[in-house]
Amino acid sequence: MSVIQLAGIERVFHLGDSTVHALTHLDVSIEAGEYVAIMGPSGSGKSTLLNLLGLLDRPDAGSYHLEGRDVTTLSPDEQAAVRSRRIGFVFQSFHLVPRLTAAENVALPMMLAGIPAAERAQRVAQALKDFGLDQRADHRPDQLSGGQRQRVAIARATIMQPAVLLADEPTGNLDRATGDDVIHLLEVLNERGMTLIIVTHDQKIGSRARRQLMMEDGELRHDSARPAVTSPMP
Amino acid sequence: MRNADVLRFARDAAAGYPLRTSLSVLAMAIGVAAVVVLTALGDGARRYVVDQFSALGSNLVIVLPGRSATGGFSPANAVTTTPRDLTVDDAFALSRLPSVRRVAPLTAGTSEINANGRLRETVVAGTSSTYLDIRSFKMAQGAFLPVADWNRGAPVAVIGSKIKEEIFGAAPAVGELIRLGDRRLRIIGVLKSVGQGLGMNTDEVVFVPVNVAQSMFNSNTLFRVLIEARSRDQIEGVKAEVAAVLKARHGGEEDITVITQDAVLATFDKLLRALTAAVAGIAAISLAVAGILVMNVMLVAVTQRTSEIGLLMALGARGATIRDAFMAEAAMLSVVGALTGYGLGLFGAFVLRQMYPVFPAYPPNWAVIAALVTALSTGLLFGIMPARRAARLDPVQALMKH
Ligand SMILES: Nc1ncnc2c1ncn2[C@@H]1O[C@H](COP(=O)(O)OP(=O)(O)O)[C@@H](O)[C@H]1O
Ligand SMILES: [Mg+2]
Repeated sequence: MSVIQLAGIERVFHLGDSTVHALTHLDVSIEAGEYVAIMGPSGSGKSTLLNLLGLLDRPDAGSYHLEGRDVTTLSPDEQAAVRSRRIGFVFQSFHLVPRLTAAENVALPMMLAGIPAAERAQRVAQALKDFGLDQRADHRPDQLSGGQRQRVAIARATIMQPAVLLADEPTGNLDRATGDDVIHLLEVLNERGMTLIIVTHDQKIGSRARRQLMMEDGELRHDSARPAVTSPMP
Repeated sequence: MRNADVLRFARDAAAGYPLRTSLSVLAMAIGVAAVVVLTALGDGARRYVVDQFSALGSNLVIVLPGRSATGGFSPANAVTTTPRDLTVDDAFALSRLPSVRRVAPLTAGTSEINANGRLRETVVAGTSSTYLDIRSFKMAQGAFLPVADWNRGAPVAVIGSKIKEEIFGAAPAVGELIRLGDRRLRIIGVLKSVGQGLGMNTDEVVFVPVNVAQSMFNSNTLFRVLIEARSRDQIEGVKAEVAAVLKARHGGEEDITVITQDAVLATFDKLLRALTAAVAGIAAISLAVAGILVMNVMLVAVTQRTSEIGLLMALGARGATIRDAFMAEAAMLSVVGALTGYGLGLFGAFVLRQMYPVFPAYPPNWAVIAALVTALSTGLLFGIMPARRAARLDPVQALMKH
């Protein structure tokens, strides 16, 4: 069964008089454990798609089934619960809370989910160890390097053991070597069974994924899993 | 999110922006401190006046010469011109009323006391033996004026504690001869210190028999007649009887004023309570201002932390959780501000008491409770709007902010 199933998705933005079709006629399904790269030029709708997959945004039309459940019709609170338990986010700019330590940042999703402090502490300690951050537990984000910050962010995104990990340009603010480390880390998580969806405009990173989705003007131009269906690459 | 975690999160957020936080805490603290200090001042004034009148003695009815225009008491007509003298005979007539326990005539003037080689000016009060019990004074040494015919008092004097100290120091005063104006009098007693009362400091008064004072000042009039009713219930009766007796004795003229301690007290009490409430109300405006400041501080916090709010939403926070976190932060600013202000206010009242020891500047409980409740509720009330704004942010838009 597909972990993600999108059918007939439309997302339209109104900017004054003009309308922008950020996503049109989108039909995609992604199996559990897949490693997918969403690629395409700037403004092609990659982030919009990722936000939609992460339930941060709602489509104007179409249906989205996550693990077999129609999540577009859920109430905001139900969607928050799905984000909490089933979805992990990694952002280009890390999005760590500056006043919290690395450990507190990693614990944040568990705190929001109401998990008791004792269990949080134990799971955070384990996660920091897994990500090689145990020496940095009490450091604040401004005391960490870019690579360390992104590792904290990945630890945080995976601490609730989500089904799907969404990463929007996770290496965009990192140098090549550090970026490769981060991608490697994400790939390890994918190998352990987590569905991984990365937005990138970096060809090299994109080509490492087992499946590529090429976006252009809000449309899915090419899906490496279904090469025959779409129009030829320009 | 657990409540304890909401509180801890809010606390850390407030601590993360020290300038903003201390500013709103300060504003709230100043508001509460203003209420506490100003009501302490107002209520202190009330207590001071009440204590002064209570010190006069219980069940007291006071007759003063001159008709007051309204019949009620006001400080302005407490001292009036005298159409017809109030005499010792008038006072004596009042002492025979059945509901009257004691009467003391009182006449007063200033003179010079000369004793033990020292000279000073002093207030001389002419009265009778009954004065001691009516005013509930205590003797430090010796005895008060002896029981005697009011027209034939002996040449004796009782001195206040300050006079004793200034003239005799530690040496015994009882039995000593003094000159008071052109009289030679023997000291028979020293009063215990009582302080201020009835417009004069009793510690600096020399008491002599009423006829001695009258001949010294060459006058027949009395300054006051103090009457003690047999019981509290009889005060109103005594008041009416006194008025009737003196009207009859003064040829049908109502030319005296009878006041009771209760009436005076009630008037002052009411007046000063109203004053305290008004002052508290004015001070409370600063609390409302502080509330608005908290609101603005929280609005700034929401704007500054927009991307953090977006992140929390992405991590699974419900709108209600975000709202609660910001409400908790506003509440904390108010609570800390209110408690700081309460402490500052108490300290301010303490300083006032140190500076003016006679002035019981304690804030009344109602004012303290009202100030704290107002501070907390304005903080929460003005926290609602920013918190709801935070909870309603669009997560995608919020995440894009930096
Ligand atoms: N909130 C918005 N309001 C208006 N237009 C938007 C909004 N978000 C995205 N868009 C537009 O939608 C299109 C797709 O944007 P986006 O998904 O961010 O592209 P990408 O991530 O591929 O660069 C762009 O033309 C962008 O300008
Ligand atoms: Mg983008």
